[in-house]
Amino acid sequence: MAENWIHQRPIAEGKTAQAEAPSLLLRGLRKAFTDVVAVDGLDLEVTRGECFGLLGPNGAGKTTTIEICEGLTDPDAGTVELLGLNWKAGANELRQRIGIQLQETQFPDKMTVEETLYLFRSFFKHGISVDESIKTAQLEEKRTSRVGGLSGGQKQRLAMACALVGDPELLFLDEPTTGLDPQARRHLWDLVDELKRAGRTIILTTHYMDEAERLCDRVAIMDHGKIIALGTPQQLIGSIGGEHIVEFALNGDVDVAPLLAVPGVQSHRVDAGLHQLSVSHLHTAVPAIFAALAGQNLNLSEFRTHSATLEDVFVGLTGRNLRDE
Amino acid sequence: MSSLEQSSLYQLTLTRFRLFLREPEAIFWIFIFPILLAVGLGIAFRNRPADVLQVAATTTQLTRALSSDKGLTASTMDEPQGTHALATGGILLLAIKTPEGVQYKYDDTNPDARTARLLADRAIQTEAGRRDTVAAGNQLVHETGARYIDFVVPGLLGMNLMSSAIWGLGFAIVEARQKKLLKRLVASPMPRWQYLASYLLSRLVMLVIEVGAFLGFARFVFGVPFRGSFLELAFLCVLTSLSFSALGLLVASRARTMEAASGLMNLVMLPMWILSGVFFSASRFPAIIQPVVRALPLTAAIDALRGNMLQGLNLGQMMMPVGTLLIWLIVPFAVSLRIFRWR
Repeated sequence: MAENWIHQRPIAEGKTAQAEAPSLLLRGLRKAFTDVVAVDGLDLEVTRGECFGLLGPNGAGKTTTIEICEGLTDPDAGTVELLGLNWKAGANELRQRIGIQLQETQFPDKMTVEETLYLFRSFFKHGISVDESIKTAQLEEKRTSRVGGLSGGQKQRLAMACALVGDPELLFLDEPTTGLDPQARRHLWDLVDELKRAGRTIILTTHYMDEAERLCDRVAIMDHGKIIALGTPQQLIGSIGGEHIVEFALNGDVDVAPLLAVPGVQSHRVDAGLHQLSVSHLHTAVPAIFAALAGQNLNLSEFRTHSATLEDVFVGLTGRNLRDE
Repeated sequence: MSSLEQSSLYQLTLTRFRLFLREPEAIFWIFIFPILLAVGLGIAFRNRPADVLQVAATTTQLTRALSSDKGLTASTMDEPQGTHALATGGILLLAIKTPEGVQYKYDDTNPDARTARLLADRAIQTEAGRRDTVAAGNQLVHETGARYIDFVVPGLLGMNLMSSAIWGLGFAIVEARQKKLLKRLVASPMPRWQYLASYLLSRLVMLVIEVGAFLGFARFVFGVPFRGSFLELAFLCVLTSLSFSALGLLVASRARTMEAASGLMNLVMLPMWILSGVFFSASRFPAIIQPVVRALPLTAAIDALRGNMLQGLNLGQMMMPVGTLLIWLIVPFAVSLRIFRWR
């Protein structure tokens, strides 16, 4: 099994002075490009062993933030500390201790999986063997295949393996499952689960809210370069008031007041003709909602309910859907 | 895993080899193409026995006089026939009998026709009884090293060193940048200098194969001479290749797309293909542009290679071209290290 190959990493490993330091500490981070302020005053702390998710729509500043953390982009202002070190003084040591998977890296097509991993392994003083990294990423069957012949999911697992060969304490994953089919996504989630169980600190970005809910201990929702919500997925979902969402469409205009008067209904909004209610006691609220609509002589053309997700949190906070870009 | 396999410089260099050898087109352009070109030029400009020139005369008496010269074959034609033959390239010169003596009809812009004029006049005057006042004899020289193929082989070698270094480095680096591989590499603990060094190391190893194959072919098939020191020739090849690698690095240091890189590379190489004397001597260009021609790295490289191979000069006698190449090595390398875009 794959987990045999991932070393258990005690949380207090490393030099004592740094042992207490959080995995990641950002203070007043700011970065502007010519046309846009990508990161607009960000504070964040990620503790050791945590799986932390940066969520947000495309263009929210997630990738800029993570690339500043990775030492690839210099911030205009603010401080970055990783594992108690910073990029100015401790760059060489940091590079040895973190693992990075970037968006859209294309490894050379004509190299094999194994050759690519030997190359990346050679950059690290300490780490796992190439065999171990291949097992962890479940690429045994593709070991001698050329990168050009791999599927999207396999390429992404190769990128993960390249991030893991140095046995990193802190792992950055930038949109690890973007563009993958559902099965390949689940496959990659399993791999992240293994790493979490082994005590690694993982910081990932995603615009899939289900992915964040499934993987992350804590998430920060980003929009326009700022963190607009921070907490565990449960806390964030709880913050919108109801655990359920009722969605319906009507053939005419509705008077919202009777709906909001129904016990358990927390809020109402309309998105593209679809009414959404945030509801806490679904079994008692739904009959009352039906009654309220029937009282206005309106015909329902659609009616459905679902458990509230981080997507609903984002919609509640910004009034926009995640994919509205 | 052995310690060599754990060395990042070794792994990076190995990667360069793998990527190069798995690209069949690159192998063609770098190893096969120069040999094909040398063969083609060797055939086109092979040394023939001194040409016998075709001429004609309007009378049989003149024809006989012309035929007495070994360098001419003469036939008899009337004037309209002869004029037609001149116009169509059948003959180079027509000797026309006139009451006063003889008229030569030929194209004075054609060197062969001018030669025919001299030979024909000599034959006719001798036949008429002219005697030379100074006794003259000939010593014929057919030396290897003075043939066109001898001249063009160092030129092709220089051109090949330029193309393989600039294309090799330029494309590979820009491709890695475009595919975000460069960014991924600098996100790892890879020492950056090793990435650039791996290109130079792989270039040097490839150079041995590339230069060896080409010069071996030139030596054994065409008998091209090597008059200078082999060690110094090897040094010149390495210096040339490194200078062009530095130039390739400079071309690739900012470009984000293959198209931009390709355009830049052609822009850099085109003037040298034309001006640097690959196929004919660069000194044929007007004096006013000679300083520019001399300053080009390919001119310097080819001058030095010809100096070594054809004239047997040592490095001390070629300070100008060697110095020019050194400047072309240091300046572009220093500039590209400063401006190199790692992401």
